[in-house]
Amino acid sequence: MRVLAQMAMVMNLDKCIGCHTCSVTCKQAWTNRGGVEYAWFNNVETRPGQGYPRTYEDQDRWRGGWTLTRRGRLKLRSGSRLRKLATLFFNPHLPALSDYYEPWTYDYQNLITAPAGDDLPTAKPTAPITWSANWDDSLAGGPELAQHDPILKAMSERIRLEFEQAFMFYLPRICEHCLNPSCVASCPSGAIYKRTEDGIVLVDSDTCRSWRSCVTGCPYKKVFLNHQTGKAEKCTFCFPRIELGMPTVCAQTCVGRLRYIGVVLYDPDRVLEAASVRDEHSLIDAQKQVLLDPHDPSVIEAALRSGIPQDWVVAAQRSPVYSLIFDYQLALPLHPEYRTLPMVWYIPPLSPVVDAVRDTGFDGEDAANLFAAVEALRIPIGYLASLFTAGDPAPVREVLRRLVAMRAFMRDINLGRDPDESIPASVGMTGSQMYDMYRLLAIAKAEDRYVIPHAHREDAGAPNDGCSVPTPVSLPFPKVRQS
Amino acid sequence: MNTALWAVLPYLALTTFAGGLVWRYRYDKLGWTARSSQLHERRLLGLGSPLFHGGILLTALGHATGLLIPAGVTRALGMSDGVYKAMAVGVGGLAGLMTLAGLAILVFRRLTVRAVLRASLASDLVMYVLLGSTILIGLAITLSGNGHDYRASVAPWFRSVFAFQPAVDAIAKAPWAFQLHALIAWTLIAAWPFTRLVHAFSLPLGYLARPYIVYRSREASRGQALD
Repeated sequence: MRVLAQMAMVMNLDKCIGCHTCSVTCKQAWTNRGGVEYAWFNNVETRPGQGYPRTYEDQDRWRGGWTLTRRGRLKLRSGSRLRKLATLFFNPHLPALSDYYEPWTYDYQNLITAPAGDDLPTAKPTAPITWSANWDDSLAGGPELAQHDPILKAMSERIRLEFEQAFMFYLPRICEHCLNPSCVASCPSGAIYKRTEDGIVLVDSDTCRSWRSCVTGCPYKKVFLNHQTGKAEKCTFCFPRIELGMPTVCAQTCVGRLRYIGVVLYDPDRVLEAASVRDEHSLIDAQKQVLLDPHDPSVIEAALRSGIPQDWVVAAQRSPVYSLIFDYQLALPLHPEYRTLPMVWYIPPLSPVVDAVRDTGFDGEDAANLFAAVEALRIPIGYLASLFTAGDPAPVREVLRRLVAMRAFMRDINLGRDPDESIPASVGMTGSQMYDMYRLLAIAKAEDRYVIPHAHREDAGAPNDGCSVPTPVSLPFPKVRQS
Repeated sequence: MNTALWAVLPYLALTTFAGGLVWRYRYDKLGWTARSSQLHERRLLGLGSPLFHGGILLTALGHATGLLIPAGVTRALGMSDGVYKAMAVGVGGLAGLMTLAGLAILVFRRLTVRAVLRASLASDLVMYVLLGSTILIGLAITLSGNGHDYRASVAPWFRSVFAFQPAVDAIAKAPWAFQLHALIAWTLIAAWPFTRLVHAFSLPLGYLARPYIVYRSREASRGQALD
């Protein structure tokens, strides 16, 4: 068994308040340069909503990710290798700038230089403002905009009409750093690669030739073309920080502290098989089976044999990501049906359920009410299932039941009542497990949320260069070319 | 004069070409790209770009056939000069028209779509002038039905350049249009490494053979970036 390590993230959506701090700090760190004004490596979208770029989840239109042939073989939805070469000169499925949005700035100079007059000087926008990455924020634009949400469209007519009883939540997105990345597979030049040490997916700017197949290949539309340098750029999982044991910028600056970063171990030889599972509802289990139990002695031995350092194995054992996926069974992948085996996982939000219960006048904290609502509320749960489980409501219900149980169990404790062991038992947990889960979700400190082992440099080349300072890692910043 | 034009200039151009490519690849990998502007405009590009690229690839093939294969070889293969001529004019004319139409759409697009114009470099302008005039003259020669047999003048000289014994006399007797076409083409070849045309050498045929998922180790890619 070969073992590789993967940096992975979990986002707890109940805690996202849609403040966009992650997007803004990410932009300041990575995309505040010419050519990528329109690019948001991290964006927060309101769901239901069209997302960014608009309707990116409509894969009939944008052809991202993988699909199965009739014989069950995995193939790129955008077409065969020959087809990719044939469409080098014009890619028929590339989003236009207007599908993202036309970026603009303001003429701030006018505030200072405007002649004296009766009216306050204004800073006029430099381009017509028509759309942006978060235009339909918090359901702004209402049903007119949200009805174009591809997920909502795919749900039945009945469900769309009941959209009037609105629910909403925020979905922060970065690159998924997939185990089976379709952007990597789409690149004719082989310029995008997955790092063996930490699974981070990066673009080699030196070999990117502007063929832009990666933009089409990625079903999450998280590879962007820099229109000044003509090179693809994407989320780097802040690898210069990760290598030093620091969390990504988006995670570190998250106001709601909803992001968890940790290492998971996986078997690369199982990836293709897992991605090729026929039944879409079985994809989550298949994806989980690619990940290895870091406490299993045979896995530890195989990991060490595969060259994974001891401290990385320990980090994998302490990984909050692993706990949230396996121990607490809370985290689900985003759109497993794209078959890329994404490695940014989400804890689906309970808030649509709580809101619905409260809006109907019942006690939104009462366990019985909430359990009943998780069974009864088909729309929000169906919607969440379309995002996180390829449409299967059962795993979403299971997660939400655990969250409900945790609320009820902790309510007793907070009110000084005797904890009711039957509540965790009803979702197959013990009271102490549930309390640990509560601690990880609610009050975990940074060292528990981010368990990031340092990259090992001591085995790098040039062992005796007489300098203890590590050789600088080449950053992916392209030289900005003046046009 | 003839020596300068037909025995010195080609080598200057080829030296610049080879040296320029090496230099560009060594020092400006970040600039080595097709610099796609599809993000800004897709309708005209969808028409012009496949048309142009298809045409120019055919044209390149045609030039290779016409210039590198001596007339004796095609005759030995049983192809009469008449048949050859008809094919050259037919296929060559079609390829040239495709190329010219594609290029016209692309130039129109570059000049009229503001975002595309603003994304252009000075080298793009130079490239368009050289490429456009070469294509225009070449197509005019092909379509004018000029009876001159370039396989007895231009082609032997072209091959002799690569044998390092330039047959100046052969090209000197060709009509001026052929000479002009060749001269501008040499200039284009000399300018090649310094324009976006370098992307022609990046045709990713390796894609057909490699595994889908590319893995690289951190140390390997770092070593590559620093060398």
